[in-house]
Amino acid sequence: MSLATETTARPAEKFRVTRSRRNVAWTGAVALIVVVVLAMFPYIVYSGTTAILVQAFVVLTLASMWNLLAGYAGLVSVGQQAFVGLGAYFVLILAINGLSPFTALPIAVIGSGVAALPLWWLVSRLRSGYFAIATWVLAATVMLIIEKFSSIGGGTGMPLPGVSGYDPTLLTAYTYWAGLAVTVVALAAIYLLLRGRLGLVLTAIRDDEVAARSSGARVGLARMLVFVVAGAGCGAAGGVLAISQLQVQPSAVFSVQWTAVMAFATIIGGLGTIEGPIVGTVVYMVLQQTLASYNAWYLIILGLVAIFVALFARRGLWGLVDERINVRLFPVGYWLRVDQERPRKLLARPRRG
Amino acid sequence: MAWVNAIIQGVLIGGLYALFACGLSLMFGVMKVVNLAHGDLAVLAGYFAIGIVAVTHVPVLWSFVIVVPLMAVLGYIMQRTILQGALDRSVLTTLMVTFGLSVVIENGLLQFETANTRGIGVGLPLLTESFSVGSIQIAYLLVVFFATAVIVLLGLQYFLSRSKYGRLIRAVADDKEAAQLAGADYRHVFGIAAAIAFGTVALAGIAYGMYSQLSPTTGTDTILLFAFAAVVIGGLGSLWGTLLGGVVLGVAQQIGAQISLSDEVLAGFIVFLAVLVLRPQGLISRGAQS
Amino acid sequence: MTASADGERAESGTPLLEVRDLVVHHGQLRALGAVSLRVFPGEVYAIIGANGAGKSTLLRTIAGLHHPTSGSVLFDGTDVTGLRPERRAARGIVMVPEGRRLFGSLSVEENLKVGATYARQGPWTIEQVYEMFGWMRERRKQLTAQLSGGEQQTVALGRALVANPRVLLLDELSLGLAPVVVQRIYGMLPQILATGLTVLLVEQDVSQALRVASQIQCLLEGKTTLEGKPADVSADQVEAAYFGLAGAAPAGPPGEGSEP
Repeated sequence: MSLATETTARPAEKFRVTRSRRNVAWTGAVALIVVVVLAMFPYIVYSGTTAILVQAFVVLTLASMWNLLAGYAGLVSVGQQAFVGLGAYFVLILAINGLSPFTALPIAVIGSGVAALPLWWLVSRLRSGYFAIATWVLAATVMLIIEKFSSIGGGTGMPLPGVSGYDPTLLTAYTYWAGLAVTVVALAAIYLLLRGRLGLVLTAIRDDEVAARSSGARVGLARMLVFVVAGAGCGAAGGVLAISQLQVQPSAVFSVQWTAVMAFATIIGGLGTIEGPIVGTVVYMVLQQTLASYNAWYLIILGLVAIFVALFARRGLWGLVDERINVRLFPVGYWLRVDQERPRKLLARPRRG
Repeated sequence: MAWVNAIIQGVLIGGLYALFACGLSLMFGVMKVVNLAHGDLAVLAGYFAIGIVAVTHVPVLWSFVIVVPLMAVLGYIMQRTILQGALDRSVLTTLMVTFGLSVVIENGLLQFETANTRGIGVGLPLLTESFSVGSIQIAYLLVVFFATAVIVLLGLQYFLSRSKYGRLIRAVADDKEAAQLAGADYRHVFGIAAAIAFGTVALAGIAYGMYSQLSPTTGTDTILLFAFAAVVIGGLGSLWGTLLGGVVLGVAQQIGAQISLSDEVLAGFIVFLAVLVLRPQGLISRGAQS
Repeated sequence: MTASADGERAESGTPLLEVRDLVVHHGQLRALGAVSLRVFPGEVYAIIGANGAGKSTLLRTIAGLHHPTSGSVLFDGTDVTGLRPERRAARGIVMVPEGRRLFGSLSVEENLKVGATYARQGPWTIEQVYEMFGWMRERRKQLTAQLSGGEQQTVALGRALVANPRVLLLDELSLGLAPVVVQRIYGMLPQILATGLTVLLVEQDVSQALRVASQIQCLLEGKTTLEGKPADVSADQVEAAYFGLAGAAPAGPPGEGSEP
């Protein structure tokens, strides 16, 4: 049989592309329940617990943002602490000028996102390794510049004004809800973004950048959007940090430890899936709470585990689960359905770290 | 006159910065690894030196002889095991792994030492003094460092251009598959490059501890960014470019310090960022190896 | 392959290089499907086929740059399928890769020196290479990026020769070169063979391959469609095997076993 007849002799197969919709209704309901339950916490639990949860919210938001950058857009940033600090300082500056810190929070988020634009312009052309260090330098530079302004605390920092008018228990509750709101909005935003066109573009870039460009995908725009969203998200976390700590110190909010925390949580939990950072945050909080009295140990252990996971279990803890039971809490993939066959997953593989 | 002084100090300290930078440049040029733990290795070497002197009471200068080869061996082992494993996965993995190493080293030092700064006493009285040229004071120590840096860079240059392994390193950097076909195990060659990188950064780290103070976070606060800035300013791929980059960085810092004392570090970063924007060729396209 | 043709070759002893039922995948794509070949000492064995037929994949797998899904590569009777490329080079399997792949920042001489670093004992030295390619000695300090395509190809060839291989793998020597240059390079094959080498080459230029080879195999979509001596195959048979047309069949003397 000649080539020509061979190719046309194949029966036409039916292909359909659908969203992986199976889990969404269930997960949506569960998520709603979880959020409602969490929102009730200030009425149910002690303030010590809500304080720990606020920490967890901050870490989860940061980890989700780092995951968005590294796991989906392939941008390994070691300077996200710049935005954490910027977010905190936006809240501080607005609070100094009379605004309630809670009202200042959304503005700080927008401010951090806007600040991401000139920073992106500086680093966008750099390749991965250089991009990483450049973000680190940027963060250090931003901190040094901010430290020069004594009106916002200079090098030593200052307490957050505008909180003394609140009743202490009410303040803890508001802080908690602010943290919860930030996390929910952040996760929702990431989920919606990745489910939409951006998710497709990012996957295309990941698989073959040249092909993606030539088929019209706006690669630069997609990456910039991710960087801005991540900047805003980290800024939000920074704002919550300022509120929960009731003070803003440059060495604390601009510390590279934040990148360590968000990177390790993401890597251990699972890079490239939305669920991964959730798992990672849990691991981080457990480690931190149990080892907190031993100073730097939890970071050492976290770091070693992260290295091990990056080398040997690339998809992280969630990845191990995902390979067994094929469940997605936040489905962003597609199924290729071929008639008479079991559907084969398409484009649903997360980035391999 | 203070300005001339500043420039001279900057040039001399630039030699040290170049020594920090050449290991980073080598690892990226050959293995395409940006070692985020690079600065921490220098600090680690410094602390090793302090520890060895404290335990064995040998003269301080002996610590170079002990620690530098030790670090070189450590570099070979780390490259063959952890870094090669990360390289086999992806670029992202190497960044994450080296970042992880950086955090582990820093926090390890924090745990076993204190957060306070430590210095390394030089031991030779002459080296703590300075001499005058006109109205300019120049510390002997700085001159020795600069001379050492130039000698090491010269040696490295010679090694790369003339020796068998230097050739292999350059070949593997160009095309590691073709090198394999010619019979070279590139993993071994990578190891040698890493050994050189770790050794030079250890040398620079101990020297830095004698000139200034070391603390667990100095690796990332100061050294890594300086090394990287020197590489960027001088352009990747040329050892002399790295020296130039170190010198420019040093001078920029000292001039910044003249303007306002606390701006020393900031000035250096601004120069670095300016180069990023204006002359990114060294970052986007690899220059030819010298 | 007819019994008599293979029988002649089998009489010369064990094959120097043998590939058995090699299956190679690039990710999910199957590049080679159960390909076999045997190269005897002193032969020039040519593999022809269209783009994407799997020729280079076959050669790269023999050199050790690809790991096969199944099947084996044997050298001098020993299974080398699990060996890394550099170990195979140490045994005497040296490849001149597709596209030359010279070390761009090294000079001509340095390229040759690298090739000689892990060389086996044998007649080839850098001096020998300079003798064979007259122009090289003067320009040995030049960076290879400044050379013409044909000159680069000879340097790549020289780099492989100084390793003193037993089997020389040539991947698409003619790629990007003018026919005159290609002919001149292939014209050196006799000199190379005279030093005791065996050659396995991959070539897109069918007529060139037929001119120099003592044995050929044609690949199409990863499968063998033709094998035999150039003298024993007709142009029609080659064409049929190359394009996968009706009538493609393993080689025999012309007129035997083929359909109109």
